Amino acid sequence: MNFDDTPQEAAFRAEARAWIDANAPHELLADLENAGFGGLNLSGVDPMQAMKAWQKKKFDAGWACLHWPKDYGGRGATPIERVIWGQEEGAYGKLSGTFIIGHGMCGPTLMAWATEEQKRQYLPPMAAGEDIWCQLFSEPAGGSDLAGLRTRAVKDGDDWVINGQKIWTSGAQHCQYGILITRTDPTVPKHKGLTMFFLDMKSPGVEIRPIKQVNGQSGFNEVYFTDVRIPDAQRLGAVGQGWTVSLTTLMNERLTIGSGMPTGFEEMFDFCCRMDTGEGPAVDDKAVRSKLADWACRASGLKYTGMRAISALSRGETPGPENSIGKLVAGATMQDIATFALDLMGQYGAVSDPEMAAAQSRFQAMLLRSPATRVEGGTDEILRNIIAERVLGLPADIRVDKDVPFEKIPTA
Amino acid sequence: MNFEFSDEQQQLRDTARRYLADHSPSVAVRAVLEGEQPYDTALWKGLGEMGFLGAAIPEEFGGLGLGYLELCVIAEELGRSLAPVPMSSSIYLAAELIKAAGSGPQKTAWLPKLASGEAIGCLATSEGPGRVSEKSIQARVTGDRLSGAKVPVLDGMAADFAIVAARDGDRSLSLFIVDLNGPGVARQAVGTIDPARGQASIAFDNAPAERLGAAGEGFSLLTEALDRAAVLTAFEQVGGSDKALEMARDYALQRIAFGRPIGSFQAIKHMLADMYVAATLARSNAYYGAWALSTGAAELGVAAATARVSATKAFQLCGKNNIQVHGGMGFTWAFDCHLFYRRANLLALTLGGQSEWEDKLVERLRRRNAA
Repeated sequence: MNFDDTPQEAAFRAEARAWIDANAPHELLADLENAGFGGLNLSGVDPMQAMKAWQKKKFDAGWACLHWPKDYGGRGATPIERVIWGQEEGAYGKLSGTFIIGHGMCGPTLMAWATEEQKRQYLPPMAAGEDIWCQLFSEPAGGSDLAGLRTRAVKDGDDWVINGQKIWTSGAQHCQYGILITRTDPTVPKHKGLTMFFLDMKSPGVEIRPIKQVNGQSGFNEVYFTDVRIPDAQRLGAVGQGWTVSLTTLMNERLTIGSGMPTGFEEMFDFCCRMDTGEGPAVDDKAVRSKLADWACRASGLKYTGMRAISALSRGETPGPENSIGKLVAGATMQDIATFALDLMGQYGAVSDPEMAAAQSRFQAMLLRSPATRVEGGTDEILRNIIAERVLGLPADIRVDKDVPFEKIPTA
Repeated sequence: MNFEFSDEQQQLRDTARRYLADHSPSVAVRAVLEGEQPYDTALWKGLGEMGFLGAAIPEEFGGLGLGYLELCVIAEELGRSLAPVPMSSSIYLAAELIKAAGSGPQKTAWLPKLASGEAIGCLATSEGPGRVSEKSIQARVTGDRLSGAKVPVLDGMAADFAIVAARDGDRSLSLFIVDLNGPGVARQAVGTIDPARGQASIAFDNAPAERLGAAGEGFSLLTEALDRAAVLTAFEQVGGSDKALEMARDYALQRIAFGRPIGSFQAIKHMLADMYVAATLARSNAYYGAWALSTGAAELGVAAATARVSATKAFQLCGKNNIQVHGGMGFTWAFDCHLFYRRANLLALTLGGQSEWEDKLVERLRRRNAA
């Protein structure tokens, strides 16, 4: 049991570190390290330009999309090398946020289902950060129950005609392309009538409307499709195979591990050491200590669960559904921490004005962002179902709509 | 990096699991719980013969001379099987304290006997309700005679000697070895929440006592020993958590109500998922503790307290929810659920309660961050 690199891992780390030292945008480091929740605030620089510049630099030097094959713009690196890169890239990794969905999910889906020609055409610009991709999955009627989606695709000659609405599409307003799951046959049970495509987001009939969120920001969007035409050549997998294709995408989401979900614990501990409640530092209060200890254990438990997952990767094992605990624990912890941090501030906890608020308004931002963490990419309840069913082997929920033709399923 | 136990250590775990499945089934736990015997003497002898007791005791003192990681995997299996033996008192505490602070003659006198199981040691610190602190200890040594009362003393009926925390002549705290079969010692069993691990009330009246470690160093020796024992106990708690979770899961699959297995209801599934999450976090934190213990890392204080708080929480949660999933049957003497519930709540106290360890964790994090 040790945290030591093997000689090969140490050599890779040294190479990565040297390249990052020589090439990273050091002038942005302080801002990146301080970046908390919500958008990146980089003094004097447009965040999108900074992200694209760093991605392109990595791509040109062979450090982009480490786990992808070299032919498609990656490095063909091992999973453990990808983890080491993440450790070395550190705060600069926050510049990758806008590419995560493309590199982690859309790219691997194309690799599994697109033609060789398409892979060579679309993957390298995605790796270089020139094209940003989004994932058009969730719908107003298909969230946790994704297979309940209603966006229709109807064949017309060599094209498909798309009508419907997607929602919660991260970063759609910045994207050149997206992968889109649609219903092509409403007469069969819901999982069997789905088909996957990719499309140009500038296609006529695509309308993107940012969603104003609880925290006032707009990271998510609604995307409306009105008679949008997609060539049949941009279909991924067979007609009716969309559910299987979507599982490729969702499985890849799980491979993004070891990066560690933030819980807010370090910030909270630091805050409690500084914050004077009027009776001394908050950390001296018994009630505060008990909560801090619990959160310390959750943060540490996630960190070392991540280390165990990395060890398994390093032995060549595939990460499984047990990694669902990361977001489940981190999301709830962050929300608890934010709520309690405001409580310690008393009436002043309500102040979120960045010029006045305690701790740079960090905990107010956390409070207003954390509900999304508990919903996005699998709600707490879906994650508990996954653990119960796929880790512990309990029966799947009874699905009354499983064998019913989609068009016969009652709607609200 | 490799944050896992080695293949050899995993094999040792398998060996220990098989051995304990055969020799520490729940019927053996119940025999101690319900009987007069303070511990399972046959199992104890067997653990000595298997080398489990002496795993982390050096070869020159009759042990196997393996490391703490080996002792951790054995501890996990002891916890899983609820082994009714004085392992924590005799090995995690007494042998560890003698290894750390004993004189040459003390090591020679006790370690080989502890490794074989021929002698059993225990630790006596508590004198009544409330936390054990430098102030709480009133037992006193004058000359080389110890007087005072300790209660409860885990495995105090089973032990041959106790390491007793007492005020030394000049009022500073020191540790002393006292022969429990010698003069000036009166002990009796006390009823506890988990009779499968017996406890005693011990009165010392001018009992001959031999100092262990330097005078006045008692509390720091004790603090360090409790950290090492906390990591090992965390493995027992993790083993117990896993077993309680498995029992609950198996029952949820088999019990039918409202025409379907109760494990198909989300209320049950989510309760079990939460138990899994707590047990997984506790296991990872216990590994962190094991790493710190085995490498002598400066982080041991933080790691031990983290492992302890996390494992206590997980085992208490798994213990109580195991009963809840079993419904009324979980509250019967006949089902084994209560054995886990008892042990979870006993282990939550034996090295000091949860709030005490929460305090230690926060203080240590604060000191680490300030450094």
